[in-house]
This record gives sequence, C-alpha cells and structure tokens, in this order.
Amino acid sequence: MHYLRRTLRWGFAAPEALLDRCFGPAWNPLYHLGALGFFYYWIVVVSGIYLYIFFDTGTTAAYRSVEYITYEQWYLAGVMRSLHRYASDGMVLFMGVHILREFSLDRHRGARWFTWVTGVPILWLIYASGITGYWLVWDKLAQYVAIVTAEWFDYLPIFGDSVARNFLSTEHLDDRFFTLMIFVHIAVPLFLLLVLWLHLQRLSRPRINPARGLAIGTFVTLVALSFILPAESQGPADLARVPAVVKLDWFYLGMYPLLDVFSNGTVWATAGVITLMLSALPWLPPLRRVRPAVVDLDNCNGCGRCVEDCPYVAVSLRIRSDGKPFEHEVVVDPALCVACGICAGACPTSMPFRRASELVPGIDLPQLPMKELRRRLHEASERLKGDGRIIVFGCDEGLGRGVSGPGIVTIGVPCVGMVPPAFLDYALSRHLADGVALLGCGEENCIHRFGLRWTDARLARERDPRLRASVARERILKLWTGPLDRGRAARELASFAERLRQLGPLPAANRPKQREAADA
Amino acid sequence: MPNLLRNALRYLGQAAAYALTAAILGVFSFYPTYQHFPPGLAQVRLSVSHAAARVGECHRLTPEELEQLAPNMRKPFDCPRGRLPLRIDILLDGAVVYHAALPPTGLSGDGPARIYQSFRTEPGRHRLTARLVDSARETGYDYERDEDIDLVAGQNLVIDFQAEAGGFIFR
Repeated sequence: MHYLRRTLRWGFAAPEALLDRCFGPAWNPLYHLGALGFFYYWIVVVSGIYLYIFFDTGTTAAYRSVEYITYEQWYLAGVMRSLHRYASDGMVLFMGVHILREFSLDRHRGARWFTWVTGVPILWLIYASGITGYWLVWDKLAQYVAIVTAEWFDYLPIFGDSVARNFLSTEHLDDRFFTLMIFVHIAVPLFLLLVLWLHLQRLSRPRINPARGLAIGTFVTLVALSFILPAESQGPADLARVPAVVKLDWFYLGMYPLLDVFSNGTVWATAGVITLMLSALPWLPPLRRVRPAVVDLDNCNGCGRCVEDCPYVAVSLRIRSDGKPFEHEVVVDPALCVACGICAGACPTSMPFRRASELVPGIDLPQLPMKELRRRLHEASERLKGDGRIIVFGCDEGLGRGVSGPGIVTIGVPCVGMVPPAFLDYALSRHLADGVALLGCGEENCIHRFGLRWTDARLARERDPRLRASVARERILKLWTGPLDRGRAARELASFAERLRQLGPLPAANRPKQREAADA
Repeated sequence: MPNLLRNALRYLGQAAAYALTAAILGVFSFYPTYQHFPPGLAQVRLSVSHAAARVGECHRLTPEELEQLAPNMRKPFDCPRGRLPLRIDILLDGAVVYHAALPPTGLSGDGPARIYQSFRTEPGRHRLTARLVDSARETGYDYERDEDIDLVAGQNLVIDFQAEAGGFIFR
C-alpha cells in the first residue's frame, strides 16, 4: 500500500508541476479537485432545474420533450442539456482524480478517516444520480440502461416482483414509472448534497468553490463543448427491438459491459468488495499512529489562535475549568488531531526566547515539543561552519531533510506551519545562523491544508503570531516546493547562501551562543 | 525568457489543459460505441411471474381438532401455505431451449415462481412452443402455446405469461 501511494504521489507530481507553471499554484486545477466537483454539481443543478421546466413524463412524452429541448430550443435548453451531461461527467472525472490524489497524499488515514469514508457513499450516489438521468430520456440508450439495471437489481431478493418485467413491452411500461424516475433523479442528488455536507464536517474552512478564474475557464470550456458536441438522444426506445449498439457514457456506464460478461451476482460482489475495500482503506496497514497535540493550561490563556488555525477542527474552546482568570481554555479532540503542529505554531507562548520559565507552550506536540525544536535548532547551529550558514525548517512531507549542502542544516518538522515566526527571529538574533529557510511542501498544495497559508500570513505580519518588524527579512527564505523541485530548491538555497555571504555576518548577538545552548 | 513569451506559453498551457478536459469529457461521454447484442441475431425473452397451486388441499378441521386450538385461532380449514414448483418448457423448432421446475419465492415458499431469461437465435421463421404446469398433474400441461413466428434481426420477442389472459402471450 505504501509503495502504491508513493508511486501515485510521484505520478501526480509531474502534472502538478506542469499545471503550476500554466495556471499558477492558486489556479492549479489539481489543487481544486473537490471544489471543482462542487462547481460541476451546481452546474448540474441549475441546468437540471431549467430542463425540468420542459421535461414531460410518459413513455412517448419523455422522448418527445427531450427532442424539443435538444432541437427546437437548442440555443438554450439544448445547451443546458449538454451542460447537464458534461458537468455530470466532469463530476465523475474529477471525483476519480480527487480520490486518487487524496490517497496519494495519505489523507485517508488516522484522524482523516471520516472524510474518506463519507466519500464512499458519495461515489455511489453520484452514479445513482447519473444513471437515473439516462432513463428519463427514454431513447435506445435509456432502454439499454433501464433493462440492464433492472436485471441487475432483480438479482437482489428485495423486490416483490421482477423490476425488469416493467420493460418487457410498451404495454408493461407505465407513464407513472417516469414520474417515479424523475422523483428519484431529484431526490438522490438532494441526498447527495447532505452527504457532501457531512463529508466536509471535519475540515475547517473547506474549499467548496474553485478559484474564480478557474471556475470561469471551466464553465467556458463546458459551454464550448456543448456547442461543438451537443448531447443528443440515440433514437426513441423501442421495446420490440434490442438496442444492439449504444453510445455509452463511459463515465457512468463503464461498468455495464461487465454485466454482459459476468453474472449479476459477480458484479454485485465486485461492487461490494470495491466499496468495502475503499471503506476499510483507512484501517489497512500501515496504520498511522500519531500522538495528538496536548494542552498545558498553565501556559494557555484561551486566546483561540490555535482554534483559528487548526485545519481539522480538532481544537476548540470551552469554559475555563482551572479557576484561572480567563474566559476560555483550549481542548484538543484526539480523534480529530493529525499532529501537524500548526496549533503549536500559532500559540503566542511558543516563544524560544523564554528563559525565566521552561519552554512549554499552551499547546504543544508530544512528538516534537517546542523545547525539543529549540534544542535541535541549537544543535543544528553547532554543526554549521563558514559563511552563509543556513538553517532549514523542512516539511517532512515535502523535500524535508532531503536538501543538504555545505553550510546548510535541515530540521524536519511535520509542517512548516508548526514553526512560529519567533523561532526565525530567535535563530537570527541569537546568531545561530546567517539565514533561515522554510521548506514547505508545495504552494497551495500543503499536505496539512493551511500550513503554508498561515506561515505566509504570519511572515507578512497579517496574522498572529506575527514576525517582528525588526527581523531582517532578507535573511529569511520561503521555499514552497513539490517533490520534483529538488533541483530548484538546491539552486535557490545556494543562491540564498550567496546573498547571505554578500550581506555579511549578522550584528553581534546580544548573548553568547553558548549560553543559549546551555539554556536550551 | 521574456515576460510576453512566458505569459503566452502560460495561456497556451491553460488552453491546452481545458481542451484536454473537454476532449476527455466529449469523447468518453459517447465513444467508443458498445456492441451490446450481436448483429444479425434476434432475441427471445422469456418472462414469467406466476404462483403455482398450493402444495396440498385444504383440510376441514374436526371439532376435536378445533377444540385443541386457542379460541382466536379456530378457523374451519387448515390450508398448507407453500406452493408447488412451476414447470416450464420452451421449445424452438422442436428443440428444448429452456426446461425448469421453478421453486416458489418467499421465505415460506408461498410466493410466485419467477423466471426472466433471454435466448439468442437466427432470424427467420421458427416454431415456438411454450408449456407450463402450475398444478400437481403428472402428465400434460396446464398451459401451452405453439405458434410459428417470424423473427427479424434485432427483434426482441417476448414470451409473457398471464393466467387471467389465458396463458402465454407472444409479443
């Protein structure tokens, strides 16, 4: 499983890098897959509402009304029909890529199981929505889909009478059947919306709208496709004939040919196994075991910055329980915490300058406490020699410690969002390095969602905890890199080292380095 | 690289990405076409959903037997719930293409027996015979239909069964 994930990660890296160049990270479609899925959903809803105005239910009326939509009102209803079709297909396409990419980014295990597992019914609900839509047209494809689906469902011993018998002949088919189908075709997507809402419950600030430019580009593409290749019916259904050749929509109906090859039971078993496998994936080895963030109430005043910054709604505020004169205290839900450390990076008490008391912030990461991070900083400093000395805080999920070179020492962190700006200030003002680099895992592509965004805002002094204005910004380098950017990272670091050499040594430290080391 | 060229390449790249998405959506939404049924053949579809007779006759309870029952359970007849299997034979040009004794559905075996099956055959004139037994009889058939049919390629001929309409219906 690990190797499959790594292979997929590398498989995504090249298109991500290419699209970064074309669209820029903010518009990169691969970073908006879920949001694009939502965007397609809304196109389907709006176009569907318009089509519903003209759609008629009935064995002959359905096809006739769809023909009216397609040809007589081609300029609007016809385009809407095509948009409805292609946006539905787009949902499946982007959902598929979304699933693969989230898996490759290891976003399905540990505390993130809930988002993954709630995604599984979404998969089937989207299929159910699309397939019922094909029945409504009542053309040859609809006939094929209706009969094959009914035969497939008849395998299940849950129906009083055979569903497929409804499609034996025109005499068997009732107009009310279309009324039922349109009800299902509307009800299932509404239920889907409910499950989508559930899907996002354990994410803070979920991205449900793509970047505006990307949305415009996507919509224009769909409209253009609707004019170039309008969706059309495949001739009226005729139950006295076998629909021998059909133009399948492979996004929704790709599984149907299997029903001609394998038995209905085999296909049910396959669908069941796929569903079970997908649902069980978060608990398949290797399991992710992390130690969630811990709160130290003696150092927490309930300011709520960690609550604001947590990407997974794992941190919340509750009424103070220890009698201290603050309104709130912070509490961590271990079931939701992925141990990214962003909360510790947001805590104003993550202050390496502290000497009077032990460096224990209000919220901290047991696997890498702030005190240990400061110790590693000093240790790294000891290993640096010469001019242009650089300490790199490298994201473990990105290039991390893979970047090295003369005069460079890297400290691995779960996410660069864990590194409070005060640590950069500390490293420079205490002369531990001539420059500090932050090596994140990819702009707009942070494995922990907001690590890079919050770091950008903190360094730009737009978000607490802010970098002090007096800190020499030219001695700080941000490098948000993908897995393929090792060469660029090495070049940028070399160039940074050269700039540092030109800048010369830092002003003399206020305190001797050795004393700081002793403090740590 | 000059900015103008870089921007031009960026927009070109974006256009290519959108075009690729459109191509994937447009192509796989319709193609490749799928041959669901072989050309030059016809289909005969058998669909029967019919409840056979009960497995036995109703038995009138004697006063002694009734006395042994709870007062609210004293019905004059005791009827077996289960049904007999449904025997069906389908012959095409004298050759048996389907022969089965279908068990009743339901946990207690009291539901209708069901069959839904398709056969492929060459188009042309055929002799189609459908026979059904829904009782305990040992010989002969309760329902039978024997007819010449003309099939054309791609035709879907349905063998339906409705007891109230007299038995088999060829549509």
